[in-house]
Amino acid sequence: MLEIKNLHARSEDTEILRGIDLHVGAGEVHAIMGPNGSGKSTLAHVIAGREDYEVTAGEILYNGKDLLDLEIEERAAEGVFLAYQYPVEISGVSNKYFLKAAMNAIRKHRGEPLMSRKDFVELLKQNLEKLGMDKSMMDRSVNEGFSGGEKKRNEILQMAMLQPRLAVLDETDSGLDIDALKIVADGVNALRSPDRAIIVVTHYQRLLDYIVPDKVHVLAGGKIVRSGDKSLALELEEKGYSFLQEIASV
Amino acid sequence: MIATEVDHYQEQHARSQDSQSDSAPSWLTDLRRRAIEAFARLGIPTRRIEDWRFTNVSSLANRSYELASTTFSSSDRAAELVDRARLSDEYHRLVFVNGHYAAQWSSDHKLPGGLVIDNLANAIRERSADVERQLARHANFDDAAFIALNTAFASDGAFIDVAENVAVESPIHLVFLSTADAATVCYPRNLIRLGKNSRATLIETYLGGEGEAYFTNAVTEVELAESADLDHYKLQHEQIGALHIAMTQLDQKADSRFREHYFSFGAALSRNEMSCLLDGERIETTLNGLYMPTGDQVMDCRTRIDHAKPNCNSYEMYKGILDDRAKGIFNGKIFVHQDAQKTDAKQSNQALLLSDDAVVNTKPQLEIYADDVRCTHGATIGELDETALYYLRSRGIPAGLARKMLIFAFANDIVQGVDVSEVRQHLESILLSSHGLPDV
Repeated sequence: MLEIKNLHARSEDTEILRGIDLHVGAGEVHAIMGPNGSGKSTLAHVIAGREDYEVTAGEILYNGKDLLDLEIEERAAEGVFLAYQYPVEISGVSNKYFLKAAMNAIRKHRGEPLMSRKDFVELLKQNLEKLGMDKSMMDRSVNEGFSGGEKKRNEILQMAMLQPRLAVLDETDSGLDIDALKIVADGVNALRSPDRAIIVVTHYQRLLDYIVPDKVHVLAGGKIVRSGDKSLALELEEKGYSFLQEIASV
Repeated sequence: MIATEVDHYQEQHARSQDSQSDSAPSWLTDLRRRAIEAFARLGIPTRRIEDWRFTNVSSLANRSYELASTTFSSSDRAAELVDRARLSDEYHRLVFVNGHYAAQWSSDHKLPGGLVIDNLANAIRERSADVERQLARHANFDDAAFIALNTAFASDGAFIDVAENVAVESPIHLVFLSTADAATVCYPRNLIRLGKNSRATLIETYLGGEGEAYFTNAVTEVELAESADLDHYKLQHEQIGALHIAMTQLDQKADSRFREHYFSFGAALSRNEMSCLLDGERIETTLNGLYMPTGDQVMDCRTRIDHAKPNCNSYEMYKGILDDRAKGIFNGKIFVHQDAQKTDAKQSNQALLLSDDAVVNTKPQLEIYADDVRCTHGATIGELDETALYYLRSRGIPAGLARKMLIFAFANDIVQGVDVSEVRQHLESILLSSHGLPDV
């Protein structure tokens, strides 16, 4: 589903990604771990299309298409979803309008019929219940005045509504207490299916107790330095990231 | 050059005085004469005057506009404009075409006792003493060229008088239309008075048709007695080539409440001055404004609040959305006089620049002579938030719609502050057509 080859990217003059190779198949869940500053978030945003990063070499193939040729919104419409580490507050735009605009923009792109108000409200209600969110949040401005946990849940809500084919979760566990973490993990697990792929970017192993990955990659210095199964996450937890620095600097 | 243009207005004044000499009461003829003398002394403001530094009015004001005649040639055109300006048939409505009252489009539904809704020309004939007491009482022209000019020609406009304890339920809609058949000038003069403990909603609409560029020079004087309550809306939709210069002078007494909502869309150059004297305790004054120039439009918004007595609150929020090569000016003066202890004054001005060539000059100006007060002001000028755009787009929302959503969001809190639903819907439909959101 996702094939990243020799990806190099930089922000202004700093090279952050220095040759990433990654293959994520349909139905798989991959975890990307690594110390702060290793390039995890950059990789997530390069997949989503953030214009602050310049891709200097390599390619990202998504279902055979070159993702780098697509606009940000086209990627989303093709099924790419990024759950933000720091969801953005948008004053004056209600959550409900935002969600409906997003859903129907994607449907329009795909040539599907637009969603009726009634179907939208029903689907929204179901997902709010699953995520333990109050419906009053839908009339509030997008993420404005939300607590850290509420913002993360709101990301998962968007994901549940938009039903992406490739979901990238950027440090979704940061700032969550254990109850919120379980709810978020349930939301992600509910999305697991043979035709979807999920990339979980995290600093800690904790989230992976709830979202069990098929593969774990360790990113350091802008490269994937080790890949393995879920036991690699446990090994990292035990040894810490320091031993990787040596590998990366070689 | 200025001298000749002043001459032009003076000659016009002389002609109009001749033609009205039979009908106008002598006090009015005298007032107009003093006003034209003041105008001749002041001249059309140049950019050397501090308050006009950013607003070059002379090229437009120096055109030879003719005084609009009392008859208008194309009533089809006027009818079409009336239709565009209409908000609700339930409202009390006074329509003025090229500055003159047009009875055929006006309607005053059953008026409660104690409510006078009249046109000024008629009020001058029928209640000359009342008009004499109010005209130029609050709008001082000694130092204001365009108030002087308006006063020199003051002959028609709205005359509204609400007696004590009267609550006017339907909004009063004043519609000023310019048919733009010729390059004319008109001078609407509105006198609004609310008695003690009375309440009303007043809407002024200025609207012009396609055609010759014209000049509207309007003055509104508002007087609120103790505990009176007025919501005042102004919708400025002048023709894109027009010059619109308007002053509203407000005089508030104790416990009164005033809420202004100014929306500026039209005119080549518009300047709106709102001046409020808070002359009593426990007064509440709110001034909200939204100006949205595009193309080469210039919009100058000026407010002045005089806190003269203790324990009053004023809130002010102006927002500008500027595109293309448009220019915006915001000047907000707040004077807290020595007696005005426990004043709470908040002022905020925010501008959103959608283009590299759009410019805004913003100037908060606070002068505080009392020591126990709370005054805050803030001005921000920014562009659309790139991070927010990215966030919206990353959810599949196309860049164009994402921009609209952010622009709409910026304007939305001003629009949502509008209590009159027809006005709010009118504004939403404008935002929808120009910068607005589709139903998704």
